[in-house]
Amino acid sequence: MAEIRDPLMPVIGVITDIRIDTPDIKTFRVVTPDGKKAFDHRPGQCAMLSIPGVGEAMFSITSSPTNTEYMEFSIKKCGCVTEWLHQAEVGQYVTVRGPYGNPFPVDDVFAGKNLLFIAGGVGLAPLRSVINYCRHYRDRYGKIDIVYGSRSKDDLLDYREIIEEWATDENVNVHLTIDREQEGWDGHVGFVPNYVKELGFDTDKVAVLCGPPIMIKFTLSGLYELGFEKTQIYTTLELRMKCGIGKCGRCNVGSKYVCKDGPVFRFDELDELPDEY
Amino acid sequence: MYRIAKDSINLLFAKIAEENALYLPVDNEKGSSEYKKWEDGTVMSEKLNTVRSPKDFFFPQVENLMEFKTEGKNIQLIDIREDSEDFVVFGVRACDVKSFEVLDNVFLNEPVDTYYKNRREHGVIIALACTRPAETCFCGTFGIDAASPAGDISAWMTDDTLYLEPNTEKGEKIIALLGDLVTECGAEAVEAQQESTRRIMKKLPLADLTTDAFGGDKTEEFFNAPEWATLSESCLGCGTCTFVCPTCQCYDIKDFNTGKGVIRYRCWDSCMYSEFTRMAHGNNRLSQLERFRQRFMHKLVYYPANNDGMFSCVGCGRCLAKCPISMNIVKVMKTLGGKNNG
Repeated sequence: MAEIRDPLMPVIGVITDIRIDTPDIKTFRVVTPDGKKAFDHRPGQCAMLSIPGVGEAMFSITSSPTNTEYMEFSIKKCGCVTEWLHQAEVGQYVTVRGPYGNPFPVDDVFAGKNLLFIAGGVGLAPLRSVINYCRHYRDRYGKIDIVYGSRSKDDLLDYREIIEEWATDENVNVHLTIDREQEGWDGHVGFVPNYVKELGFDTDKVAVLCGPPIMIKFTLSGLYELGFEKTQIYTTLELRMKCGIGKCGRCNVGSKYVCKDGPVFRFDELDELPDEY
Repeated sequence: MYRIAKDSINLLFAKIAEENALYLPVDNEKGSSEYKKWEDGTVMSEKLNTVRSPKDFFFPQVENLMEFKTEGKNIQLIDIREDSEDFVVFGVRACDVKSFEVLDNVFLNEPVDTYYKNRREHGVIIALACTRPAETCFCGTFGIDAASPAGDISAWMTDDTLYLEPNTEKGEKIIALLGDLVTECGAEAVEAQQESTRRIMKKLPLADLTTDAFGGDKTEEFFNAPEWATLSESCLGCGTCTFVCPTCQCYDIKDFNTGKGVIRYRCWDSCMYSEFTRMAHGNNRLSQLERFRQRFMHKLVYYPANNDGMFSCVGCGRCLAKCPISMNIVKVMKTLGGKNNG
């Protein structure tokens, strides 16, 4: 039976770079021990990372599929596996399996459309993959707006990339905000939902939301006020997962399994699920 | 159909055991029965309603998945999978046979669980028709005929004879192995017994329980039903129902550090436990009401939605017998399914 690989069986990866993004978020670069990307993925898909003996946990793959050399994971220190990862050094072996879940519909629904990405805190991690994919195939999409907010300037994930690459792109508008005034910050101050309303976007676009539940809730009502329909707003969910293949039962909500049927959902699809996510 | 005198049943067991590990229900000291490996002298129990369901044969309570050797920063993965032994489970009730179908829909759907599949391929089910269904039995609610079980071989035991009807290639192989021990006969031999069992089934207390109110499209109707509060009120969250349930299949994956390496294993888990959905950033099912509701909504609504209307309950009655506060799926179905249900 050894010739058929079990879906629960990971491949070995090695951490080749660790970037300190914020006081509690690090971005880990992972390749196989022979220096290759572990597997291909689509924007918005996830992978199970593990340190044997510590545990396994699901993370969104933050690097774009167009990056064929390695995968990156932006991970906030908040639990057992993530604490351990934050102590890891370059050269540490890990295990990785995936890709899991449904990607964002970048090649059909998103094609030719104006795109509005709205993220809060570490919620930028899953969107970075989509943003960079759309930037790579820039002529396939219309105007791109990115609204991103965090507690403070120091808590903004991927700050250098945002400033040096995204904000300098033609036809990409980056709107950053932080929760409270801070020395050395002359940008916008205020919460993401209010900022979205202030910016007042036209509804001729697809919106993609990711962030803490409270941000999602208020940003959604803001978008509805602006005239957006549920059918044009996407998000990506996170629930506890163990298998990643719709069998262990953990991420089951209604008849859906977030690991398999999600993590990407449109808001009208979420309406059909019981309110348990 | 084939027959063998009941007196000679040990010869049949011995013959099967020549080439397979043979498991069957055996009486235990507590007055109930459990599956045990047959060896010369083992007496089969009359009680087919084993305390634990036979799901262990394919989805064991604990199983090792793989091993890791770690040295410094390096990790090596070791595939420890081995081909399962060839085994035969004798005396499986019709409801429990059906439960394998429920589990197959989970584990054999893409991506296929190779651990489960391997055991499934090496296991032969000899199902035995019930003759003395218990008051807790309600397999008929799910369209199961206790007098006509499926399995690789369907079997019927009368006072003096065991009848065998192979249904699959694996079943045929066992019949071939039995050779001269069995003689061909007509199917009419078991009809009287079947009719008698069906008559008993009709008189059981749960004979009129139906699934009519439930199905894949009922999320909205039942999810916010006020009845969940009273139904779940006294639930202890002990998880006994999920452990004795033949169709419950939620599992956990954990690592165990042996000192020489790491064993990654999986074990049964329960949606009734508060830990089940707890994450670093919160828990999407905080109350026992939510967890209780999840278990029954999954069996009566969510699972059918994904499996052409098949319910994730086979009416085996184990949860009725074992719940410490006497709450169970029947009470849920009666409460939510309307006054006339059951």
